Amino acid sequence: MPTIDPEAVVGSRITNQSLSRWLHSLPGVDKVGLEARTASLGTRSIKTDSKAWALDMAIKMMDLTTLEGADTKERVRSLCLKAITPDPTDLTTPQPAAICVYGDMVKHAKEALGKNKIHVAAVATAFPSGRASLPVKIADTKDAVNAGADEIDMVIDRGAFLSGNYLEVYKQILAVKAACLRKDGTRAHLKVILETGELETYDNIRRASYLAMLAGPDFIKTSTGKVSINATLPITLLMLQAVKDWFDQTKIQIGVKPAGGIRTAKDAIKYLVVVKETAGEEWLTPKYFRFGASSLLNDVLMQRQKLTTGHYSGRDYVSVD
Amino acid sequence: MFDYSPAPESKDLVKFQASYGHFIGGKFTKPANTFSTINPATEQVLAEISHGTAKDVDSAVKAARTAYEKTWSKLDGATRGKYLYRIARIIQERSRELAVAETLNNGKPIKETRDVDIPLVASWFFYYAGWADKLDYAGLGANPKAHGVVSQIVPWNFPLMMLAWKIAPALAAGNTVVLKPAETTPLTALLFAEICQQAELPDGVVNIVTGFGDTGAMMVGHPDVNKIAFTGSTDVGRIIAKQIAGTDKKATLELGGKAANIVFEDAALDQAVEGIVNGIFFNQGHVCCAGSRLLVQESVQDVVIKKLKARMENIRLGDPMDKNTDIGAINSKEQLTKIDRLVKQGIKEGGQAWAPSCAIPKNGFWYAPTIITGVSPANTVVREEIFGPVLSVMTFRTPAEAVAKANNSQYGLSAGVWTEKGSRILKMADQLNAGVVWANTFNQFDPASPFGGFKESGYGREGGRHGLLSYLKGSN
Amino acid sequence: MRLEVKKTYKLFIGGKFPRSESGRIYKVNNHKGEFLANVAKASRKDVRDSVVVARSAQSGWASATPYNRGQVLYRIAEMLEGRREQFVAEIRELTGKSEKQANQEVDSAIDSWVWHAGWTDKIDAVAGNMNPVAGPFFNISTNQPTGVVAAFAPQDSSLVGLVNTIAPAIVSGNSIIAITSETLPICAVTLAEVLETSDLPGGVVNILTGNASELGSWLASHMDVNAIDLEGTSNAAELEMLAAENLKRVIRKGGYSRTGAKGSLQHILDLMETKTVWHPKGH
Repeated sequence: MPTIDPEAVVGSRITNQSLSRWLHSLPGVDKVGLEARTASLGTRSIKTDSKAWALDMAIKMMDLTTLEGADTKERVRSLCLKAITPDPTDLTTPQPAAICVYGDMVKHAKEALGKNKIHVAAVATAFPSGRASLPVKIADTKDAVNAGADEIDMVIDRGAFLSGNYLEVYKQILAVKAACLRKDGTRAHLKVILETGELETYDNIRRASYLAMLAGPDFIKTSTGKVSINATLPITLLMLQAVKDWFDQTKIQIGVKPAGGIRTAKDAIKYLVVVKETAGEEWLTPKYFRFGASSLLNDVLMQRQKLTTGHYSGRDYVSVD
Repeated sequence: MFDYSPAPESKDLVKFQASYGHFIGGKFTKPANTFSTINPATEQVLAEISHGTAKDVDSAVKAARTAYEKTWSKLDGATRGKYLYRIARIIQERSRELAVAETLNNGKPIKETRDVDIPLVASWFFYYAGWADKLDYAGLGANPKAHGVVSQIVPWNFPLMMLAWKIAPALAAGNTVVLKPAETTPLTALLFAEICQQAELPDGVVNIVTGFGDTGAMMVGHPDVNKIAFTGSTDVGRIIAKQIAGTDKKATLELGGKAANIVFEDAALDQAVEGIVNGIFFNQGHVCCAGSRLLVQESVQDVVIKKLKARMENIRLGDPMDKNTDIGAINSKEQLTKIDRLVKQGIKEGGQAWAPSCAIPKNGFWYAPTIITGVSPANTVVREEIFGPVLSVMTFRTPAEAVAKANNSQYGLSAGVWTEKGSRILKMADQLNAGVVWANTFNQFDPASPFGGFKESGYGREGGRHGLLSYLKGSN
Repeated sequence: MRLEVKKTYKLFIGGKFPRSESGRIYKVNNHKGEFLANVAKASRKDVRDSVVVARSAQSGWASATPYNRGQVLYRIAEMLEGRREQFVAEIRELTGKSEKQANQEVDSAIDSWVWHAGWTDKIDAVAGNMNPVAGPFFNISTNQPTGVVAAFAPQDSSLVGLVNTIAPAIVSGNSIIAITSETLPICAVTLAEVLETSDLPGGVVNILTGNASELGSWLASHMDVNAIDLEGTSNAAELEMLAAENLKRVIRKGGYSRTGAKGSLQHILDLMETKTVWHPKGH
């Protein structure tokens, strides 16, 4: 896998000052223009074959998620079974990419999934607030990796970011990435959650995307799903543009994961349109695009049933999870 | 691969008659002297249209005069306003039908007629309806007067939208009108005539005469017409200005343009690229205010062109009735020939033309979105209005150079500026000789916002309070 | 007895007083038909030169602050007031008006400058507006001077008609080439002297004496002139046709009264362009 030289990208030795200069030299984002572009893509009409393709792809890109204080072993097991057989009435239905749980649930998920190729993703680093010391975050990460997590969804320190302490944010991502290394030399995939709802402005989101990408993660991810504004289409478009520009500049391809608030098949298809027309077809794979979602799966399944049977389905024909 | 399957809008939403007469005095005349109007995307005939004669024009002007004297000027503003509100509502009710009709007759994508043209048509009537009983506040003092009978001639690029821009303020101010749609796009104006009937608008307040340039010239020259409102080419605008020289007729002329779209190095580049695309490829570039001259600061030229080309690869050209089409058909064979000729001229003069790889349909008239680099202010493609999806790209080094190049045109309709620096925007807006300056946006239209040009882009304004003034005179 | 020193009546171009490049003059008589002066007869080339200087002076004048332009126009009124006796004498000599009538005309001329001076910083407040568009945009319409104006002052007025032709053009930042009344040009030359001493930048006002019919077609067809005021012409329709070639803004004959102490805002606005600026609102 190609790597970058962060100092070459930033054009200087990495200091908070140089990071700040670099991030603030990025082109600004015009809110109205970005949202207008997103709305325009939202009017794409995806029918018949392309809709069938999109629904299946949406399932394949899904990180089926449960992140509740009330999660139990049984709850996680039930979700894993749903992932293995999303629609018992149609065994051609694809499986989601991953199950996304808290670190202490990783072992239960691994056990339930068995040899299935569905990944287990664990949120880590004092999710969702990220308010803990770095050693605690590293321990949190290692704990999940040791329990068998294939993927780690970390959160950045938004406080540090908003106060201009970019170096701290960057160093933490590097440290967590190092903690993703397994004893056999392989590494759990790292997704960096920006918690865009707390960064508030699009300019901040672009800067946070670049800062995260500099640390070399596999994905940048919008949200924890735990704040009032989670994934939105414009934010996702902006992050897709960032990974596309990053690829053009460094030849390193980084994925994007919107999470939280994506509930309908119609929404998911809009995201796929935005992926196609912003980052490009190269991102239309679970390797580079994921949905973090829980209720989305059932709506996609109902739409899928409509396409196969020709009539509208109902919620009693998909399983509760 | 995620290829969008065809998503065609239903053609059944609109039923055209086989042939149409003129709409005069509240009734359709018997079709006569007809010519065919086609769908430029398929070249199929949609209906037969009557070519207006001097007699038709005269009876339309008479009907308008009678309606003005006997009915319309006697109504109070509130009642005139209510008729306009009715019209606005019926347009909303019939919006999908009108969108389909416009797309079939014009060739522009259904996405644009559905999301831009027809909503603006309704909003234009809604906006001016509210002015009808507030004319005292228009800025001409108490009791301003209408001109009387207005001849209005509209182009083919936004057929119904241009009709709305003309008719709504004219009627709100108390005038009656004779309107001629363009010869290639008469159908929505004829549907509008039906809407006037449904709204029970008094006979003769709106008259629609179809035909060619000769019909329009008769409408301008008719001695009983008080005001001319024309949107179209600068060449025809000139002819009209000459035709009314020495008369008492007033005119509003909304003519050609060659807008500069100026991108500074500190711009929000992704949105600037969207603005460039929207500026020149919206409506196949058949837009008088299209941002047809890109001026990009040298330091960001490469990245902007790279992003622009990548973005253009995603433009979908094809069936205008498909909901995912971004660029539809060129409106006529004549226009296609003109675009082709000018681009070839641009290449001959040393420009490099580039277009994304997009399949061109077999029938109908089409032109791929094109950018021409390596051109300078001396080149034909930089000076002449192409009125097609063709962008000329030039660079600049300093703000002064950008202003000089942008203003170096006989036109002055619109301009675009892209920079994140507020003070620069305001200075540029001061210095650009253009009636509309879009800063960090482009091709925005609103009934509350005046539109119209400097220099050879014409005179008078449409939209907003200013647009109302074009149809009023002070009472003293 | 001392021999009076008489004035040479010249053109006013670019803030200077040249003779006509053609060397031509014409005789101007007083109201009794007696010889009064030889006045420069402007030529096609004087028109050409005037347009060049008017164009180069225009942007600077337009970018002066409205407050500054207002002060300059007010200064013109002050200077005119100071020369009242000269103007009264010239008007009486030219037109045969009574002292009272001549004074009234000068009063109107002075007051019209004052009236216009007050408009410079109020035009946009009255004739511009924020436009409440249906979207996240700041949208404002303001007025900007049209550019270079060619104007034919009324033939039947020696002073106030010319003032009410020049002031509505320059108040907003246009520059002007004004053709005076052919038979009553004396006050115009004196007015030029007033303008020259009033802090008005050279080239903003250019005053040409001569024959309107001869000069009219050159101005009406000039592609670097943006607007034309046909008041003092005898072939207005013909000139309006020529003016259409580059879509000049046209003020037709008889459109506005030129005799009063107050002008017309509409007259001022006829020589201005509405500019509408859009900008998105968003963080």
